[in-house]
Amino acid sequence: MIEGTIKRTTKNMRKYKFLFEELVKRDFNQKYKRTVLGMAWSILSPLLHLLVMKMVFTRFFGRNAPHYTTYLFAGNIVMSFFKEATKNGMASLMKNSKIIQKINVPKYLFLLSRNVSALVNFMLTMLVFFLFCIIDKIQFGPRMLLLIYPVICLTIMNVGIGMILSALFVFFRDIQYLYEVFLTLLTYLSAIFYQVSRFPEKFQPLFLLNPVYVMIKYFRTICIDCIIPSPQYHLLCAFYALFYLAIGAWIYKRYNHEFVYYM
Amino acid sequence: MAIVQCDNVSIRYIKGDLKAIGLKEYVVRKLRGNYHIKEFWADRNVTFSLEKGDMLGIVGTNGAGKSTLLKAISGILLPVEGKVKVKGNIAALLELASGFDMDMTVRENTYLRGAMLGYTRDFLDEKYDEIIKFAELEKFQDYEFKQLSSGMKSRLAFSIACLVDPDIIILDEVLSVGDGAFRKKSGDKMKEILGRGITGMLVSHSATQVRELCNKMLWLDHGKQIAFTDEVELYMDAYEEFLVTRKLPENRSDIEKLAADFKVRKKRESENEDSVLRKMLMDAPDEDAVNTAIGYLREKHPEVLKKSYLNG
Repeated sequence: MIEGTIKRTTKNMRKYKFLFEELVKRDFNQKYKRTVLGMAWSILSPLLHLLVMKMVFTRFFGRNAPHYTTYLFAGNIVMSFFKEATKNGMASLMKNSKIIQKINVPKYLFLLSRNVSALVNFMLTMLVFFLFCIIDKIQFGPRMLLLIYPVICLTIMNVGIGMILSALFVFFRDIQYLYEVFLTLLTYLSAIFYQVSRFPEKFQPLFLLNPVYVMIKYFRTICIDCIIPSPQYHLLCAFYALFYLAIGAWIYKRYNHEFVYYM
Repeated sequence: MAIVQCDNVSIRYIKGDLKAIGLKEYVVRKLRGNYHIKEFWADRNVTFSLEKGDMLGIVGTNGAGKSTLLKAISGILLPVEGKVKVKGNIAALLELASGFDMDMTVRENTYLRGAMLGYTRDFLDEKYDEIIKFAELEKFQDYEFKQLSSGMKSRLAFSIACLVDPDIIILDEVLSVGDGAFRKKSGDKMKEILGRGITGMLVSHSATQVRELCNKMLWLDHGKQIAFTDEVELYMDAYEEFLVTRKLPENRSDIEKLAADFKVRKKRESENEDSVLRKMLMDAPDEDAVNTAIGYLREKHPEVLKKSYLNG
């Protein structure tokens, strides 16, 4: 059954490649509004964020932390990638409701194209991140290439969570506000500006329940600690990615045809 | 072999609080046990089949379930019960003017919409000029979509959609797009497409259109199938009479009676018209009266007048 689904999906992918490209193009247009500043803004905004956090938090949390700038930056860009991708993903179905009601196209395309533009945006901020790594005197090495792994995991997870949220959003419009609250809480729980080692030993593993923190920690382990995470840690990343993707895919498969009644 | 086959198709909409209340309220109401949804059958046990070359006219008052049925056939909705079987690819010309992106240009929107309808990039590259020309938007290609008038938007939607060479075509009230000149052009284009012998389904509120274009007819009322027939003339007579009397026929003899009533009414109306016209001419037999009579005919029955009168 899974094999059949995959086969069908790849066949659809080929069939809808052109549509997908056009959708990605549209989403970029919508995001950047064809302005140079639009593009620059997506880099400037995390930089400003970083600047303020650096000024405020270094005094309280950063005294004993090595490479605190990199520490902050890693947390920030991963978190904002997750936020942007899932928030855009949530709205992707309803934003295209007019089309979905009139034309029979696979609905996940709208979600995927949103994720592509979030990913490209993240890539841009990654460039800035590396720049700051150099300034922060981080040792570069081939291990840096491994950063592609959490990015892939995170992207898959974003798609999965986007599927769950976009389906929920069709049925319950207040999900938007609830998710906003949830994201704020999640930000505080993701150890973006504080260090987990300040907590009692027995509570520390609890942070691993937060998939975003898991991805952030991967970044920090590679960049700051200069070591490669354990194989188990890699498995944990993959588990989160596939877990959410599986739930999302199941929801889409089950409720795909119900969406249009609620739009 | 049937090209389109609907077996006992039933489609249910869910009405009620769900859309409006949101998750928090939903949980609260679920817990208190006063969460209610109403079901609403848009179509109930609709059965028909079309052979190659058939043109089906779907008639019925507002809320009869016509558009819903077409959505089920084009695969947008999945029927709750029953089966829809379709052989070949469908071009669905539903009301398509919505769903364009307002910040994109006419050109970009054309490609996006074309992609959604399943065209390839090569095909669009080749047909792009033709589309723009047909929609009469040559001067507006690089305008943002929000700068267009609503008529222009509908024209573009129609032009993109009717380019296809489908096996089955679905038309939902699209033959009334744009101004008079474009309406004629789009009507001609439709006739040309239909002339190729493809299978079609047409929702229309114009009885003349159905009589003219269709060889089969499906009559729906509040989701119920009143009739599926190839006696289009007889049943259209009955349908038009029903629109006046609002009495649903229950069997064959009701249909015949309605159709007969319709004929009587039409005859009486035309006799009335005759006497109105005669009176007009008799009362004041001069040039003014003739002009008034021509004016009356021009408005009500342009077909009986020669072209020269109409233009003069």
